[in-house]
Amino acid sequence: MTQDQDYLFQYLLRLGDNCVILSQRLAEWCGRSPVLEEELALMNVGLDLLGQARLILDYAGKVEGKGRDEDKLAFFRDAQEWRNLLLVEQPNGDFAKTMARQLMFDCFQSLQFEALLESSDKTLAEIAAKSVKEIAYHKRHSADWVIRLGDGTEESHQRMQDALESLWGYVPEMFDMDEVEEAMVAAGVGVDLSSLKPKWDAMMNDILAEATLKRPEDTWAVRGSRVGKHSEHLGYLLAEMQFLPRAYPDANW
Amino acid sequence: MTEQSLAELEEAFQKKVDAEIRIEPKDWMPEGYRKTLIRQMSQHAHSEVVGMLPEGNWLTRAPSLKRKAVLMAKIQDEGGHGLYLYSATETLGISRDEMYEQLHSGKAKYSSIFNYPTLNWADIGAIGWLVDGAAITNQIALCRCSYGPYARAMVKICKEESFHQRQGYEIMMVMAQGTKEQKEMAQDALNRWWWPALMMFGPHDKNSDHSSQSMTWKIKRSSNDELRQRFIDATVPQAEYLGLTIPDDKLAWNEEKQSYDWGEIDWDEFRNVVAGNGLCNRERLQTRRDAHDGGRWVRDAALAYAEKKRKRQQAAQQAA
Repeated sequence: MTQDQDYLFQYLLRLGDNCVILSQRLAEWCGRSPVLEEELALMNVGLDLLGQARLILDYAGKVEGKGRDEDKLAFFRDAQEWRNLLLVEQPNGDFAKTMARQLMFDCFQSLQFEALLESSDKTLAEIAAKSVKEIAYHKRHSADWVIRLGDGTEESHQRMQDALESLWGYVPEMFDMDEVEEAMVAAGVGVDLSSLKPKWDAMMNDILAEATLKRPEDTWAVRGSRVGKHSEHLGYLLAEMQFLPRAYPDANW
Repeated sequence: MTEQSLAELEEAFQKKVDAEIRIEPKDWMPEGYRKTLIRQMSQHAHSEVVGMLPEGNWLTRAPSLKRKAVLMAKIQDEGGHGLYLYSATETLGISRDEMYEQLHSGKAKYSSIFNYPTLNWADIGAIGWLVDGAAITNQIALCRCSYGPYARAMVKICKEESFHQRQGYEIMMVMAQGTKEQKEMAQDALNRWWWPALMMFGPHDKNSDHSSQSMTWKIKRSSNDELRQRFIDATVPQAEYLGLTIPDDKLAWNEEKQSYDWGEIDWDEFRNVVAGNGLCNRERLQTRRDAHDGGRWVRDAALAYAEKKRKRQQAAQQAA
């Protein structure tokens, strides 16, 4: 693999891993949602993300050229090889926390994938074209809930505010630039993430204002997913997700 | 209302039913007909919703991304079927909240099959193949049910269910042709799900309380035993094709009746599960109660927000 290919591979893992892990988290809601309509919506969003993940990881496997398909990449990498954002591996918590996580990610994802429509990498641009429609739906859904909960009852307002506070430190990592991101921007493939931050801020500020919520102070930030340093949550998530293929590596399913 | 006019109404109703004219929500219907339908349809809706749990149990552990996606889509369909059936039941004058209350208090039942645990991945295949297969056999008969909203719901739902059944069978096929361990999982799943699937058709005709009245009203179009036999005759060759053994040593082709003979269902087990003492009854119900109770603050928030929004819009209109 050339250096360029390796950068692209790393870049695709970042995009794809976010979708796999967040989809896995949403799947945990199955049968446990506050209303049946929301049961359907959460499965729907999870399914969209899983679809995006499959396209991206399939492509990543081809770029890598070592014969790893989407399943090899999803089920046979250990925590330190995963490149998903710390935000998406955070536990579901209550419904407010799930919606806060979702909105923060959906806003980020919508900006990133809209920019990827212009990617010089044709495959990636095509995946983005399919995904932006889904992401717009996800964002509308999570924003609606953040507003409903924020401007609902006293209890829901407090829970929503707490949820935002508990996740706010995972935001800065989303906009970090490093060698891989720089190389992808230079090649016309990727997006300058730092340029997305003001847009993300504006998006969030509007929604939080409508929700009568206070934007948390930027008092803390944690990082590490880019180099495979995850929170303690990811190991458990992977143990559950990867159990069968790991236990029976010769099997096809 | 005088006795006579009630009798006249009942007679007119039965004539309509006999003439295969569909009964619609605004039509007069005997109280017993309404009650029977509410009971049957709400239990059907509850079964869709509780049925999400045994399959959801493997959603985070599905062995490939494709299988995970298919299972997620299937569970989503089931939630949709639940919604559809709750709406159809509401046409009979009961609210979804009342139906939930009956489910959570244990007053309303749901299909006994969902009180069995999913213990290996092949169970997900077996549920699609056998449980959805049995459900379709039942539901195809219900597509001709005399109550319009129920019959229409069944037409819509059957299409998706047959798709699920094929997907389930495909999981079984891949496993039955897979490694030694996978074959063992497939056989183990069949062993555990076969009899519970047969129980889905309900008690024998001679022991079925609701049967004869339901047949007269054409809510039911075929008897429990007829449907069960139809299912067995269709399913045995499918098991043979997989190279798996049906766990019934009395199972044998009967040339004369052109149908299978088979052993007896363990009705004690059936009664035990229906009475709430299956392996998962308590957990399933508790999960539903927890979701409902735990989500109350979310529903309250949604209501409070909708009310605020309505008032704001009203105020804006008055100001304009």
